[in-house]
Amino acid sequence: MTTKQLEHRDRVVIRFAGDSGDGMQITGSQFTNTAALLGNDLATFPDYPAEIRAPAGTLPGVSGFQVHFASDDIFTPGDAPDVLIAMNPAALKVNLKDLPKNGILILDTDEFNKRNLKMAGYDRSPVEDGSLAGYRLFAVPLTSRTETALAAFDNLTVKEKRRCKNFYALGMAYWLFSRTMDSTIESLKQRFAKKPQYAEANTVAMKAGYAYCEASEEFQVRYEVPPAPTKPGTYRNIMGNEALAIGLVAAAARAGVPLFYGSYPITPASDILQHLAGYKNFDVTTFQAEDEIAAIGSAIGASFGGAIGVTGSSGPGIALKGEAIGLAVMVELPLVIVNVQRAGPSTGMPTKTEQADLLQAVVGRNGECPVVVLAASTPANCFQMAFESVRIATKYMVPVILLSDGYLANGSEPWRLPDGVDDLPEVRISFHTDPKDFKPYRRDAATLARAWVKPGTPGLEHRIGGLEKQDQTGNVSYDAANHQKMVQLRQEKVQRVVADVPDLKVFGPDRGKLLVIGWGSTFGAIHSAVRLAQADGLKVAQAHLHHLNPFPANLGELLTRYDRVLCPEMNTGQLRMLLRARYLVDVQGLNKIEGQPFRVREVLTRIQEMAR
Amino acid sequence: MSQQAPVLDKKHFESDQQVRWCPGCGDYAILASMLKVFAEMGVDREKIAVVSGIGCAARFPYYVNTYGFHTIHGRAPAIATGLKVARPDLHVWVVGGDGDILSIGGNHFIHALRRNVTLKILCFDNRIYGLTKGQTSPTSEYGKVTKTTPLGSLDRPVNPISLALASEATFVARTADTWGNHFREVMLAAAAHEGSAFVQILQNCVVFNEDSWEPVVGRDQREENALFLEHGKPLRFGRNREKGIRIRGSDPEVVTVGEGGVTEADLAVHDEKDESLAYLLSRLDLPRFPAPVGIFHRVTGLVPLEKGIARQREEATRKKGKGDVRKLIHSGELWTVKG
Repeated sequence: MTTKQLEHRDRVVIRFAGDSGDGMQITGSQFTNTAALLGNDLATFPDYPAEIRAPAGTLPGVSGFQVHFASDDIFTPGDAPDVLIAMNPAALKVNLKDLPKNGILILDTDEFNKRNLKMAGYDRSPVEDGSLAGYRLFAVPLTSRTETALAAFDNLTVKEKRRCKNFYALGMAYWLFSRTMDSTIESLKQRFAKKPQYAEANTVAMKAGYAYCEASEEFQVRYEVPPAPTKPGTYRNIMGNEALAIGLVAAAARAGVPLFYGSYPITPASDILQHLAGYKNFDVTTFQAEDEIAAIGSAIGASFGGAIGVTGSSGPGIALKGEAIGLAVMVELPLVIVNVQRAGPSTGMPTKTEQADLLQAVVGRNGECPVVVLAASTPANCFQMAFESVRIATKYMVPVILLSDGYLANGSEPWRLPDGVDDLPEVRISFHTDPKDFKPYRRDAATLARAWVKPGTPGLEHRIGGLEKQDQTGNVSYDAANHQKMVQLRQEKVQRVVADVPDLKVFGPDRGKLLVIGWGSTFGAIHSAVRLAQADGLKVAQAHLHHLNPFPANLGELLTRYDRVLCPEMNTGQLRMLLRARYLVDVQGLNKIEGQPFRVREVLTRIQEMAR
Repeated sequence: MSQQAPVLDKKHFESDQQVRWCPGCGDYAILASMLKVFAEMGVDREKIAVVSGIGCAARFPYYVNTYGFHTIHGRAPAIATGLKVARPDLHVWVVGGDGDILSIGGNHFIHALRRNVTLKILCFDNRIYGLTKGQTSPTSEYGKVTKTTPLGSLDRPVNPISLALASEATFVARTADTWGNHFREVMLAAAAHEGSAFVQILQNCVVFNEDSWEPVVGRDQREENALFLEHGKPLRFGRNREKGIRIRGSDPEVVTVGEGGVTEADLAVHDEKDESLAYLLSRLDLPRFPAPVGIFHRVTGLVPLEKGIARQREEATRKKGKGDVRKLIHSGELWTVKG
């Protein structure tokens, strides 16, 4: 056996790409879990088509999963892959443009037949025409090697054997980056507990891929990415939607009040409903409604009944919920509305990410209809912001819109776990029961919240509704002065939430040439770019908003401390518009509307232009 | 209902709000009868919640001293479903007009019924849009001239009873605004029903569609034109109850008892459990047939949604133990970084 060389790397980006039926998502997730267990910092980005099974071998059917793992802090799934594993010609065609010259390219040559090449739009096979000469190419007949490795499995069909090829590829990736296969073997056992032959076949295929690299003359170098020196604690790898679901459950449990989640399936928010449906033993009720309007309606009804009503959707669904959000504003009941944003308008690109629903959240309803708007910045941060949404909604008796997006929903990162429930902030809820001098719209002096009264409480029977309310009594009122007063009260109530909004902190110099301000899932790309720029000696700082309405109290002053302000957004400039309108500051935009997250170098280039 | 039913009267359920429907509106009669029904249910007012949509009928909750929620157009069944699921201990009533329940809220109506959630859905049906001042409604007759259909409506009306049956409703009934005793009996039966209950109330809009139901509801004509359904009784009607409905195969016909050798034994007998019969009856209408009123269909013994949901929660808690948030957070594959 030849002696293989071991090279050290600080960070590596691998992209698994194949047909949507090739199991690229599970392959990527397995690689991710292993990296997490080895202590690497990591970030992932799954990119898959909306069609469940687009025609096999076609360009729209290509599904990808990118994982960035490192021995130091990382904040994005990486701009470009160092390694591309392409399971067919279409996957190569779609992804090759991202692979830098000299990058590692692993191909399944069995799939590079005439039919597949034609479907991907290749006249000649790129494996043979020399067009891949600039890459470190490993052309391997993955499918037939997998079949050979599984020759002894009489209980599997040829088709079933071939389907294990993704694990053959995974085995190769494990060898290449000096990983162990233990956690994947264990996970296969659990996943196929009822069909052990599948667990075994995938394990054998994976080990064969590993052994092939070990034995083959082709593979001379393998890499090692040591663990990252992370903060002490217990960690797990978490995706945004799951973190968000757990955050809702934790907040309701902290309050000791049942959670009701009414939702209608929509990409990319459906996972929240699915996760919560599994948490029934936490006093959680899930309700799959007939449509988006019924989903929010049921949540409002549950809130009226004294539960924490939550609904979740994506942009098109939020548009349908608009009138009901107005009702919740008018009747001043707590409600959380989760918007896992996707590329719009209309149906747009359901599986692609965007943050273009900010203005919809802040102002997108009839009448003067203020709500609190929060936004999560990373997959693990979805937990914290979901928790915070419930806390604010119940403390102030207001609807809260929580913005996430497809990138956070399906992306993952290590989550440093809070030790226990007691580490979490208090969520104090008290239901009003005293009939003495009761008035439905009497308010708490500090928060302006009205009392939450559960139907069933004797002596407090009252009526609420969407017609304008008389101050204090809540009776229907068309009085001119009362309307002005009530509109202002509802506005003031949301504004007072600022008492629960921490001052915005900056990363970097507290004054200087350039402030880069963002919100939501752009955090990672902006943070990485700002760090690189700072290392380069530029006087640039980063501030990232989690509270979009109301803004943190110090925001206006903070914006004036820098010569210039840059706001990168995955929209045409919605936060920029709000900042300019509110603070009269000449904020500049960097706007990417491609359904894809920012690359670090895109932000960095702009920072360099503005801060030099 | 509680063991010792409190003795309550109508006044106990009146709110302090001035009632503001047009003078002579059928809603006044409905309100008066409903206050009596609430009093007779033996449930105190804090245990009752009335949820409505938008329209004249939907003002109803303001006039009843229970918990009330005047929501948005068409959505009352959805909001009430969330309330009932969160609070199975409450008696939840839904009130809306024909436009609210059957047009803008048609989807919620269908799904609330098929879920068999214990809501009493009352549709005040006057076959016209009243609050917006006289446009065609989903139950308006074909060809009806209204402000929006000056040459006659080209939409065929929906049949609320047929639609409710097709939506798997477990209690479907029809009564009229001014029929004090019949109204009371139907409502008490609806109140006692476990599962979704739908009642179409033939209601008179004095301003925009006066006397639309007069041939069925009016004192002079109802004996001839209304077929009062009673479970287990033959289908008879007429001034002297001389007429009846005979069903041959699936074809109903009006016959006269005593004529042509027809005896009472030839008449169809009403069976609330018979879904096919209920549907057939729902299709009967003037002028060929009398309009059936009363309880078309009632199925008991099915687990209502709110109970099913509560049972699943209990079952999950029994199997997995009461949820422990720390364990939930600390699940999956964990790793520890030592300090």
